Amino acid sequence: MKKLGIVVTLIVLIGAVWGFLRTKSDDTKIEKLVLTGSSTIAPLAAEIGKRFESLHSNVQVDVQTGGSSRGVSDARAGLADIGMASRALKDDEKDLLKFTVALDGISVILNKANPVVALNKQQIIDIYTGKIINWKEVGGNDAPITVVSKAEGRSTLELFLHYFGLKNTDVKPQVIIGDNQQGIKTVVGNPDAIGYVSVGTAEYEASQGAAIKLLPLEGIAASVENVRNRSFPLSRPLNLVTRVEPAGIAKDFVEFARSPQVNDLIEAQYFVPVPH
Amino acid sequence: MSLSRTDRQLAALLLGCALLAATIVLLILLFLVKESWPMLQHVPLIRFVTDASWHPVDGLYQLTPMLSATLYSTLGAVLLAAPLGIASALFSRYYAPPFLAGCYRRLIELLAGIPSVVYGFWGLITLAPLIGRLHPPGVSLLTGILVLTLMILPTVALTADAALAAVPVAYLRGAAALGLSRWGLISGVALPAARSGIIAGTLLAAGRAIGETMAVLMVAGNVVQQPQSLFDPVRTLTANIALEMAYATGEHRAALFVSGLALMVMVLVLVGTAELLSRKRHYG
Repeated sequence: MKKLGIVVTLIVLIGAVWGFLRTKSDDTKIEKLVLTGSSTIAPLAAEIGKRFESLHSNVQVDVQTGGSSRGVSDARAGLADIGMASRALKDDEKDLLKFTVALDGISVILNKANPVVALNKQQIIDIYTGKIINWKEVGGNDAPITVVSKAEGRSTLELFLHYFGLKNTDVKPQVIIGDNQQGIKTVVGNPDAIGYVSVGTAEYEASQGAAIKLLPLEGIAASVENVRNRSFPLSRPLNLVTRVEPAGIAKDFVEFARSPQVNDLIEAQYFVPVPH
Repeated sequence: MSLSRTDRQLAALLLGCALLAATIVLLILLFLVKESWPMLQHVPLIRFVTDASWHPVDGLYQLTPMLSATLYSTLGAVLLAAPLGIASALFSRYYAPPFLAGCYRRLIELLAGIPSVVYGFWGLITLAPLIGRLHPPGVSLLTGILVLTLMILPTVALTADAALAAVPVAYLRGAAALGLSRWGLISGVALPAARSGIIAGTLLAAGRAIGETMAVLMVAGNVVQQPQSLFDPVRTLTANIALEMAYATGEHRAALFVSGLALMVMVLVLVGTAELLSRKRHYG
């Protein structure tokens, strides 16, 4: 028994030392680029990072999520080399540099079974503030409206509120969701629900047969095409932010992410590349 | 009796492991207090129950709707799962033929092994639309309670089963010798003897229900409000943290740590109660 204990201890010790040495030697060879922030941009940044790594063998790109606000504060505090923010910078964030890599739009979605085909801005505001509570008031079935909104702090919510001139305290939702997929699942499962999600995600899910439809806004159809030509009113830029002018691999990465070389990756995530 | 050298080494190693686990729990508590401290210093505790609503971005920190949502959903799930779980344990222990009882127990163990997010997904896709047909929007306190019931049912069933198995055979033989019926044996001897074990197991299950996050987040609707009926959507404390943590900064983040602290206190009370009850079994 005693011998076995000693052997086990030795193996553990050797393993630990070996692991430690390995990471040590890796650190000296490989440059690490840390990106944190918006969970909207993170999957795209991770894909771009993979391609970037394959072109630069000595670089490791580490992408962490935590929301646009974290991306901004991490970039400012120097905790991340590059922050990711899926919104335009606020006035008190203008000390940072921004690089737009792609565009994303937000679409209001209904269940496909809902006969309503369009809502104007005021109707959407009235629905979200609880002034209109039945679909028949906007020409639909006699059924109570299920209002789906997003959790506080999400950039989709911020953009939605900003566009409609609402405060979150005014919104009277029946369901609050986290991410886009949960929103689409909720609207698919409830024929009387109204929600809002990213245009790219909604267009893709609708094309895959999800029972949702995208409502036009101000007469402009919610489509990737209209986000690209910036005619769709409810859209947002996906930004990389840095505290100082990026240098070294950070500069290479930002330039790479804005080059046509990654357009296919941006489109694969149902975002819209910025015209070059 | 003095310990041998191997025993002493082993004792030291085990002490180290135990200390590590205990230290981690204490560190987590300390961390929670540390993160919520800046907030607690200038926002008096009373505001967490007197503010108009939960809109942390606008500086409103009302926690009570979420506290009661957590309590209601846990209570509802325990009220449903406890009788079902105990009944299923009685069935497999005293009524089912041994082969069937074995199969049944494996099945319940399988139920315990299903990841909670799978329950949540099933609830969102299947259960919520069903309940929505009854009373929209479908995602509601009731849906949350039903999904939680399914999740904690195996915990109740398996602990009750183990508690019943631990009833000394002599008691049962004695009861049989007195000519008691099967149900007389269960209600007069087995259940009273296994009582504290069953209660401790139920409280353990309640702890799991309080702490459950993903499944509830997907099916309960997450609107911060005092529910007026079972069909109203509610947001539990855990769902609140999971929904907002990724996007929270500053005060908002600290407020989430305060709700985490409140949750931890609730669980501590529960675990303490379970501990007291099971201690009674050993010394009572």
